[in-house]
Amino acid sequence: MACRRVLIGVVAATLAMAAFAHAQEPPLPTGLAPEPQSKQDHKGKDEPALPAGLGQPTEPALPSGLGPTSTATPDRRAGNDTNGFVMPFGLTGFVESRIGARIVEDPTQKTLSIAEVRAQFERDFETDLATFRFVGDFLYDGVKDDLGVDLETGRGFFDLREANVVVRPVDFLDIKAGRQILTWGVGDLYFINDLFAKDFRSFFIGRDDEYLKAPSDAIRISTFNNFANVEFVYVPRFDADRSITGERISYFNPALGRIAGRDAIIDADTPDAWFSDDEFAGRAYRNIGAFEAAIYGYAGYWKTPEGQTPAGRPFHPRLAVFGASLRGPLQGGLVTAEFGHYLSRDDLGGDNPLIRNSETRFLVGYEREVGEELTASVQYIAEVTSDYDALTGALPTGAPSPDRVRQVVTFRLTKMMLNQNLTLSGFNFWSPNERDGYFRFRAAYKLSDAWLAESGGNIFYGARKNTFFGQFEDNTNLFVGLRRSF
Amino acid sequence: MIKKILIAIGALAMPALAPAYAQGAPATAELNVQNIVERASAAAYYQGKDGRANVHMSILDSQGRERTRDFTILRTDIGDVDNGEQRFYVLFNRPADISKTAFLVWKRADANDDRWLYLPALDLVKRIAPSDERTSFVGSHFFYEDVSGRSPNEDNHAIEEVTDAYYVVKSTPKDPKSVEFASYKNWIHKASFIPVKTEYYDASGEVYRTYTASVVETIDGRPTVVESIMADTRIGGETRMSYGDVAYDLNLPDDIFSERYLRTPPRRYLR
Repeated sequence: MACRRVLIGVVAATLAMAAFAHAQEPPLPTGLAPEPQSKQDHKGKDEPALPAGLGQPTEPALPSGLGPTSTATPDRRAGNDTNGFVMPFGLTGFVESRIGARIVEDPTQKTLSIAEVRAQFERDFETDLATFRFVGDFLYDGVKDDLGVDLETGRGFFDLREANVVVRPVDFLDIKAGRQILTWGVGDLYFINDLFAKDFRSFFIGRDDEYLKAPSDAIRISTFNNFANVEFVYVPRFDADRSITGERISYFNPALGRIAGRDAIIDADTPDAWFSDDEFAGRAYRNIGAFEAAIYGYAGYWKTPEGQTPAGRPFHPRLAVFGASLRGPLQGGLVTAEFGHYLSRDDLGGDNPLIRNSETRFLVGYEREVGEELTASVQYIAEVTSDYDALTGALPTGAPSPDRVRQVVTFRLTKMMLNQNLTLSGFNFWSPNERDGYFRFRAAYKLSDAWLAESGGNIFYGARKNTFFGQFEDNTNLFVGLRRSF
Repeated sequence: MIKKILIAIGALAMPALAPAYAQGAPATAELNVQNIVERASAAAYYQGKDGRANVHMSILDSQGRERTRDFTILRTDIGDVDNGEQRFYVLFNRPADISKTAFLVWKRADANDDRWLYLPALDLVKRIAPSDERTSFVGSHFFYEDVSGRSPNEDNHAIEEVTDAYYVVKSTPKDPKSVEFASYKNWIHKASFIPVKTEYYDASGEVYRTYTASVVETIDGRPTVVESIMADTRIGGETRMSYGDVAYDLNLPDDIFSERYLRTPPRRYLR
């Protein structure tokens, strides 16, 4: 501190001296004409030395161009590794440890909400014809009892995140095949036309944001032209969301009429036949001025088990979705809009109370910088039941009617501090009609280029036990984590 | 005959040039200060019609702790127009936690830049809300604006001094509320128009932020700053930015600067 003050003092004094000296000078024309020796002297202090490569300041006149002087400089090639430790075989990734606990009593779950050590390894291989990419996580999970591996659901000590190849057979075509993460659409932590697999368990227990996305085994075909880029994704075997089953996160079980957890794990009937229980997704997008516009389509199944057989077993009814989105600048910020119509194909009349009704979902959002390295964003989301009258008419007498429209307002604040080494963020979902919500907050500090310390919480709240967020109230948790990237 | 014509033209031209020399630089300089600043901007940010560099940043905080950033940057000037629209593609290599993160900027002439970030772990193309151009670029002492260039039209410029080597230009913002400085002084190398040093002054006239071009190399005949330093007494510490493997006029296709290549890096142009 003292050093800094001294420096400022010295700089100020130097400037004052220079200004004084200038004031005393005769008003001689400056420029290319020779100057008095005295001026040359003090000018030497005021003026920067020419850098290597631009000649020497003491020369009376520089040659046109830069002259022959070219100082040899050391190799400043980027990529000098100062990280200390480098993995063999070109592997990159991280090792991390995370631990968290419920701060609310939950008789159906363990107190620990997360307790795991994870190592992620990543490797790309490039050839002239193709790029191969592998990402896999080894996981020691202290909360789960069962460590058997299931790559489809991500269960067990190994989770294969990516194993894919990208080829470009012709200039306007990219094909990505294999296990991959897929994302599109413009919502912030809310997805309408993105019907690729999500992992809400990871999201709710405080894993890194990247684990909200579950991998898909898919082929993605992307074509590019000046009118509109068109993409198709084919998933030969349906990928369900890694949704809430009661295994780690308790939920409201309507059949039992209470919160249930490990005592009533949902065992849904999931379509799993290769090439018949499949999914198609498509997108066409282009820029219109500074705006990005897209239209979407999907044919497959509800990603969470939104249907129930007469015998009471949950299953994934068929689903088709079409929609559109727009994103662009507005009033110094960024505006987003998206809608999607969900056609529940096993309940086209909308009068089967055991299968989720068709609905239209839309969102509008706005984000802008509101302070120094402080960004705020807000979204309004609505899910409108399509055949509400048919649905309520088909309900058994005495059964409570659901709301026709579920509304959610989200609010996000992100602040960066300490040379962007500390990131504080808060994200709140709040539903005015269900009177419930979910508040996520994070503090992440980069101890160094390699080490990251993180802590945060997932706070669920609601007036009732049977609403979307309210049912998770007992899963409210706090966590801390430490990550070493390599 | 031709020789005679040349001599005649020379004789006619001499009187026109002579007053400029006789009266010294100020008259000429004042006439051309905008031109000097525009040429400096072109020399610093618009060399060639496009370019590529591998950049290494060493960020030292006030206590001397170092953090680094390594990235490859591709740039194209739309229509090869100096001080016009540009597009940038940045692919991060280190540190490991941002490896393979790609950043795309469409620098517009009269509007906020359009910016996108691609997060590979989420396969997410995130559009970034416009932000103050004078905030830190990736946690360094350089601002976004220092990396992409400040439009010469945003300030009023005046020649303060012309030395053997430099045009010394003092610039004051047209919209003082939009920036943190009261003024800045730029030492522009006369021969190359490379800005060699920039000092930013606060309201009391004290320097708090200093840019220095420490190494210049001539690459493909173009003088290029290959190492520069930004020090900031308000934050403390400094960032040294080194450019390696600089190349110009690679004929980068415009579509490199699109969502397609955010998701699939244009490897043949990154090497």
